[in-house]
Amino acid sequence: MIEISNVTKEYVEGNKALRNVSITIDDGEFVFIMGRNGSGKTTIFKLLMKEEELTSGRIVVNDMNLGKMPRSYVPKYRRRLGVVFQDFRLLKDRNVYENVAFAQRVVGASTRRIRESVPAMLQMVGLSSKYKMYPHQLSGGEQQRVAIARALINRPEVLLADEPTGNLDSHNAMEIMKLLEEINEMGTTVIVVTHSHEIVEKMQKRVIYMERGCVVSDGMPGFYGDMADEWVTEGGEIYED
Amino acid sequence: MRISTFWYCFKQGVRNICRNIWFSLASIATIAACIFLFCMFFSIIVNVQHIVRLAETTVGITVFFDENLTVSQIQEIGSEIGKRPEVDHMEFISEDEAWDIMKDEYFEGLEELAEGFEEDNPMAGSSSYQIFLNDISRQDQFVAYLENLNGVRRVNYSNSAAAGLTSFNTVVGLLSVVIIGVLLAVSVFLISNTINVAAAFRKNENQIMRYIGATNGMVRAPFVVEGVIIGLLGAVIPLCVMFYLYRQAVGYVQERFQILSGIFQFLPLEVIFPYMALAATLLGLGIGFFASFFTIRKHLRV
Repeated sequence: MIEISNVTKEYVEGNKALRNVSITIDDGEFVFIMGRNGSGKTTIFKLLMKEEELTSGRIVVNDMNLGKMPRSYVPKYRRRLGVVFQDFRLLKDRNVYENVAFAQRVVGASTRRIRESVPAMLQMVGLSSKYKMYPHQLSGGEQQRVAIARALINRPEVLLADEPTGNLDSHNAMEIMKLLEEINEMGTTVIVVTHSHEIVEKMQKRVIYMERGCVVSDGMPGFYGDMADEWVTEGGEIYED
Repeated sequence: MRISTFWYCFKQGVRNICRNIWFSLASIATIAACIFLFCMFFSIIVNVQHIVRLAETTVGITVFFDENLTVSQIQEIGSEIGKRPEVDHMEFISEDEAWDIMKDEYFEGLEELAEGFEEDNPMAGSSSYQIFLNDISRQDQFVAYLENLNGVRRVNYSNSAAAGLTSFNTVVGLLSVVIIGVLLAVSVFLISNTINVAAAFRKNENQIMRYIGATNGMVRAPFVVEGVIIGLLGAVIPLCVMFYLYRQAVGYVQERFQILSGIFQFLPLEVIFPYMALAATLLGLGIGFFASFFTIRKHLRV
């Protein structure tokens, strides 16, 4: 369970990125966090990654209080999370297999374990036949699948995805969302930060909508409808600050 | 750390070197140059110290004894003196030997003049000990000890020779520390620069590693491997050069300046090289390890 209680984050004195935010996410939930640029959704992502320290409040992830966690424990904590980015962040000089194996190597997994789990993970994300290819030989959707495989290879309890479909066309975006849904059905808590109105509508999952550092709505799609209308342009593009 | 993880870090370190091959080669070349200079100074300093030590042992202290003492009493005092740790070696010169030495030195070619003294040794009561110290800087202390001994009439010694050799030793030591210090600083700066470039190349990879949950040690390891390899190569190259050059240089000096061969006795390569190799390897390893270890610190936070 992820418990964010009365969290405030101030980067510069007087400039609050998060204002008294409280969110609870149960184990095995699939949650979207939406909002404009500067609404605070990425700050939540960074706080959950323990990349930033909170100014006040409390964040507990699976019984671990992040505010009291010593820095030396952060690597162990991060092994319990999987993280996916908009720009994939793959290693360009390594093939698909090596990119996924990389996540296990850096946490000290044995070669035997790597040989067993990487092919299984590649099969799960549908890239078994492309294990020898390099990132530049793959489509955007395939690259994101590699990134997801890398995020999942250490069997995290929570998967955090920051705009995972931001660089993809709508077909590939939906494919990736289906994959995330499958992962969620296997028991992993999935938190997706997104701008995409369309995806949120299609997925019909819980949506937390943020505005100026506050949670303004939390529920199934439709709850945030009135507010979302203000930031979606006539052409259906997302409004950027 | 698992063996497979170690090999992974090792391969990544080698990969870093190959990826920035020109930077790495520049670092290796400069460290090699620095360590070559270090080896040169090492050879010079060790040889100078060896020569100084040889010179020290030729500057003796002469102790004369009260005239009423018998030879056995003098030798008894001599054996007491010989037990002192400052003493390298000592020689007993009887009054007859003293007269023979004097005859050789002052009556060379005029031996008939010396014959007049044959029945009455002018050096009677001049039995002495010639004492050579292992560390001339302790001469004053040792002379004070001798002067306080019962039966000792006079102690002859050269104060200026002792002071000169001691200060020469100190100057050589200080000079070497300063030069080696500057060379160390230059080498550390260069490796640090190379590691910074490598870290910039691997910025994306390091960031991913941190997000995945790699420990600081794991992020750091490839860079430390890189630094250590550069440091080691920077040590091995000048050692190979020195191995060849040392013999050539000593041979050349001894051949060209035969007149000095009695004064300058160089240490053989077999004696000096193991110490030089150990010092240079530790230096290369140390520079590589510490420069990379501390340089990478600022790249660890994500």
